[in-house]
Amino acid sequence: MSMGAPLPHDSALMQLAGSARYTDDIPLPASTLHLAFGLSTCAHGTITAMDLSAVRASEGVVAVLSHLDWPASLPAEMPDCSPSAHDEPLLATGLVHYIGQPVFLVIATSHHLARRAAAKGKITYGELPALLTIDDALAANSRFEQGPIVWAKGDASAAITSAPHVVEGVFNVGGQEHFYLEGQVAAALPLEGGDFHIYSSTQHPSEIQHKVAHAFHLPMSAVRVEVRRMGGGFGGKESQGNALAIACAIGARLTGRPCKMRYDRDDDMMITGKRHDCRISYRAGHDDDGRLIGLEFTHYFRCGWAQDLSLPVADRAMLHSDNCYHIPHIAITSHRLKTNTQSATAFRGFGGPQGMIGMERVMDHIAFAVGRDPSAVRRLNFYRAASAADAFGEDILARVKDVQTTPFHMPVEDFVGDEIVARLKETSGYGARRAEIAAWNAASPILKRGIALTPVKFGISFTLTWLNQAGALVHVYQDGSVQLNHGGTEMGQGLNQKVAQVVAGVFGLDTGAVKITATDTAKVPNTSATAASSGSDLNGMAARNAAETIRARMAEFLAGKLGVEAASVRFDGGQVRAGGEVFGFAQVAAWAYQARVSLSSTGYYATPKITWDRVNGRGRPFLYFAYGAAVTEVVIDTLTGENRILRADMLHDTGSPLNPALDIGQIEGAYVQGAGWLTMEELVWDAKGALKTHAPSTYKIPACADRPAVFNVDLWNRPNREDTIGRSKAVGEPPFMLGISAFFALRDAVAACGDGSRYPAMDAPATPERILAAVQEQQQNV
Amino acid sequence: MGAQVDESGIRHATSLTNGQGKGKAHDYAAITKSDILIGDKVMLARTAFAMLDTTMPRPRFTPHRMGAIGQMQKKAARLTMTEVAFLLNGTQVVLTGVSPTRTLLDYLREDRALCGTKEGCNEGDCGACTVIVTDGGGAKALNACILFLPQLDGKAIRTVEGIAAPDGTPHPVQREMHRHHGSQCGFCTPGFVASMAAAHLNGDTDHDTTLAGNLCRCTGYAPIIRAAKAAESAPVPDHMKTDAAFILAQIPSGVSGEGREGADSPLSIRPQTIDELASWYLANPDATLIGGATDVGLWVNKMHRDLPKTAFLNGIAEMAQITDLGDHLHIGAGVTVEALRLAMAAPHPSFSEMLRRYASTQIRNAATIGGNIANGSPIGDGPPALIALGAMLHLRQGQVTRDLPLEDFFLDYRKQDRRLGEFVTGVTIPKAAPNLRCYKISKRFDQDISAVCGCFNIETQGGKITTARIAFGGMAGVPKRAAAIEAALIGQALTPDTAAQIAPLMEQDFTPLSDMRASAAYRLTTAQNLLIRYAHDLAGAKTSVVEVRV
Repeated sequence: MSMGAPLPHDSALMQLAGSARYTDDIPLPASTLHLAFGLSTCAHGTITAMDLSAVRASEGVVAVLSHLDWPASLPAEMPDCSPSAHDEPLLATGLVHYIGQPVFLVIATSHHLARRAAAKGKITYGELPALLTIDDALAANSRFEQGPIVWAKGDASAAITSAPHVVEGVFNVGGQEHFYLEGQVAAALPLEGGDFHIYSSTQHPSEIQHKVAHAFHLPMSAVRVEVRRMGGGFGGKESQGNALAIACAIGARLTGRPCKMRYDRDDDMMITGKRHDCRISYRAGHDDDGRLIGLEFTHYFRCGWAQDLSLPVADRAMLHSDNCYHIPHIAITSHRLKTNTQSATAFRGFGGPQGMIGMERVMDHIAFAVGRDPSAVRRLNFYRAASAADAFGEDILARVKDVQTTPFHMPVEDFVGDEIVARLKETSGYGARRAEIAAWNAASPILKRGIALTPVKFGISFTLTWLNQAGALVHVYQDGSVQLNHGGTEMGQGLNQKVAQVVAGVFGLDTGAVKITATDTAKVPNTSATAASSGSDLNGMAARNAAETIRARMAEFLAGKLGVEAASVRFDGGQVRAGGEVFGFAQVAAWAYQARVSLSSTGYYATPKITWDRVNGRGRPFLYFAYGAAVTEVVIDTLTGENRILRADMLHDTGSPLNPALDIGQIEGAYVQGAGWLTMEELVWDAKGALKTHAPSTYKIPACADRPAVFNVDLWNRPNREDTIGRSKAVGEPPFMLGISAFFALRDAVAACGDGSRYPAMDAPATPERILAAVQEQQQNV
Repeated sequence: MGAQVDESGIRHATSLTNGQGKGKAHDYAAITKSDILIGDKVMLARTAFAMLDTTMPRPRFTPHRMGAIGQMQKKAARLTMTEVAFLLNGTQVVLTGVSPTRTLLDYLREDRALCGTKEGCNEGDCGACTVIVTDGGGAKALNACILFLPQLDGKAIRTVEGIAAPDGTPHPVQREMHRHHGSQCGFCTPGFVASMAAAHLNGDTDHDTTLAGNLCRCTGYAPIIRAAKAAESAPVPDHMKTDAAFILAQIPSGVSGEGREGADSPLSIRPQTIDELASWYLANPDATLIGGATDVGLWVNKMHRDLPKTAFLNGIAEMAQITDLGDHLHIGAGVTVEALRLAMAAPHPSFSEMLRRYASTQIRNAATIGGNIANGSPIGDGPPALIALGAMLHLRQGQVTRDLPLEDFFLDYRKQDRRLGEFVTGVTIPKAAPNLRCYKISKRFDQDISAVCGCFNIETQGGKITTARIAFGGMAGVPKRAAAIEAALIGQALTPDTAAQIAPLMEQDFTPLSDMRASAAYRLTTAQNLLIRYAHDLAGAKTSVVEVRV
């Protein structure tokens, strides 16, 4: 009953009243100190001198720490903040690797005084050559891992040679700042015995716990991390909060006082990683109709100074470089380049968007080359549709010989992309609008419109297989009230609401009867990051498992009391029915308590079926795929490159949604964020490696009027063929890539300025400047 | 003097002056795509003041007599700026010993534990800190992060915690936001609620404009707009009307520094007349004049600057007026950009529409046109339009006034023709300019700083151009006229073809720079193309992407 209902976000009323509490809002003791980092102004160099006397003399300063001035009362080694390769010292240790790297730490009596003091550091650097660009890094062979990763299926080179036509090109795709509205923030309370209680705005409490414990050589059991909610995460709080939490713990250990740190927005943007920008080169062999024969991709990912999560991000780009298309012969080469810039990190889609837009570029280019409607060429190359016969099949290869496989040799068993596209073309009026736009453009010399349809296929599961597990803890109290805890974190996506609906459904209660509590490593241990769209899939299952355990105990108890079969006991509408009698849920809970029945249970879930060999690029990294498609229409001004999204229609696969209202919210928001990535959101670094777009005054995320003027979202509401929670599908990341349609609609409008002889090879983001340049290139041919 | 045509800016804004570009020795010519100055964003912002290089000690304030609001009415004139009185969510607050640069946001969160109002960017660009401020000019959404406490003297503040009814009944915008799933992570939500409630109170249903200053990263805005529309028809709750009534009845309009001078000068004043300001500023030419604080707020928040002497100009009613002079309009320096936008809708609709995209509602409600001029930013959007209109600038130093064409005020990058102790009192513009067109080009359409701002104004006789005033922002170190283009246009008929022929002369007028907003090449090409757009525009053709709807 409660599962599948379009209920509001559990925190909505508190958020609207201003009473929803974020990390910086938590009341802390008056003795609390505040922290700020002093940042490197050199992209690569040795620290030759550090004069922090003005910092120390600044008002309110309690302590200043650097690698040269590290109190003996702290563990001797500089703490590491990396989620992967132990290559991120909390404070630079002699060498600096990018502009924005924390070099010293100020502990002061207020946030402002800490920041003011931090601005007063005088550091002298011996400059070393800085590798800032993909080309710099390639020339210096500066990379993570020994060499490029190569995955292949078939013989791409031979297939391309044999193909009647070949398109090739190079496509540069910009990065993206998360711009979570709540910046990074953490607080540490020193506990007795040297333990810590950490509040952190993090998607990954267990990672914070692990890194703080590691810094002090403490067992993880000595560190408790709590997060009630984040003001947005989008992947930017998967690893980037480590430094703040560790710094707060350091400050708390040193002073014995609670310590809090939050980055001012400019610091946040200068210090933390962003979406990886990349270059994708391609060579594609195709036939007269636009059918792919063979394809070679080379990915160049600019990873920044530290490894962070770049390897799995670049892997996921490779895993999505097919998108919805069957490619008989393909080779993908991926370079993970190390540069003296912010360490690029997780961001919604985790490399998938980059891989996918590379493939969409190929499709678009081929369609242009063969002179066909791009949507027709796309459909021509789609994976074969899932047939009714193989639904819910366990071993599809044994029964269906001609199932198609991805470049990483995973059978695509559940492809519904063509059905979705067919429906969307109809509901959006794509064909008629395409013709109408062509006619309109012919009569409009200055303004040109464009339209594009792009599909999405996104793999669901962590590619690091052991992360695909979750735990939950459910209590039923003797008054019948229910408290829910699980390992997932709330960043706005409504995970807690969805999981509460699952638990309420198990007990036959209203969702409001289930108390949602802060994620807490003291309640549920060993949590995975709330990432990879997996939150509700994993935690919903774990919580259901916990709730069902308690329900079974209650049913067994009541059945015994009434002398009926436990299986006949029904929980519904806040009541429990058994043996023809009806009891309130609270009554049964009270009786069970008095009968000494445990009303608390953990729950656990591990995703089945998945196996993955990342070195060889083989296996089944995903339990299933989520699908979708979008049609976007735009208008551009050929004199200035100004542009607007006029209309967007999308149809997205949510399985049987756990909460359709929240899912629509994810889709709308993801589309605008995806379109922002590819249009106005531009990161600019100067020749010294300084990020110039480090505040909302210079880095422009979509504003209110940038949403599509006509915005139609519909759900492809069919049960997941895999046994997921409520047969739903993950929805956090997949719809982000619906925004790709906006980019190719702009490309389509640009092409309206030319004679069709030259492919408008526009890079992303399509800023007004890039659009104008592409228009001028087209006009030269007319 | 004719009748006032607009009073909406009165008691809400102020004027400013500016210094001689001594701020951070930023050399405009040195900025290139490869070498952009850190802190440059503060040089681009929206209002203005005297720019100081100061090594003076932090201001010290002697405690002053405390008084309840009821007493303030009669004693207001004797209070100084260290005392600030306002209503907060319906409750009277009197503060003494206030640091003049303490922001409302910090006061709310740190002193009052009213943590609903959020800090998202600390520079007025995200709107998470939006609150409603009511004074005699009405209720306005403002950014609390760049609002100094002295600016709030005598006003009523309503934060997100005070928007639901006292009995807890949600405000209509809260109710509809809940119904339409308008919050996800919820961090921007209090700011949206404040902006929406302010617009609801004012009956403003242009949601794209009223919400352009509120960024949301989660929802894609669609449910928020649905909620705003759904709440339109709901009546304004009674408790939302009380601020205006209380203010008008009981709180004095301003607090004067009483003209004390010399060694006895207060370090921070809020003058009530231009005379008062003139004499105090002449005695204290190193002071910072603060109008809306939309730029000075960044000096404090981002550059950590101390401001030892400050004058808050929003008490000078006579400087916040627009006066009809017959053929001309006199615009006081303290007129807010939002008041100017509304006032320009009839005489200069293109200017008004361009101002709609000038920053955001919150910023326009604070920023003043005097500040926008005195700041001397090469990319402020006000000066190019005013120059194209042929604006005359009015300055005052002590008892001395002088007038000069606005374009002559801008000498070089961040260097204006302004004398010690001199400040901008206003500008005068013609009322009629039917061919004025103002074009703002930016990476994001709304609430972005211009890459290029081009303003065109020609007069014709018998189809031939007789006068041409064309001014650009973003193309040089100062807002600047396109002299070669103007000269070439005289005697021509303006057609797209002649525009295309003349446009290359733009290279003689401008050598723009590359920065994070746009390259030099793009700026130059776009400037040329805007001349072509202008020709199409005057001919009645569709030239703007916002005119297209499907």
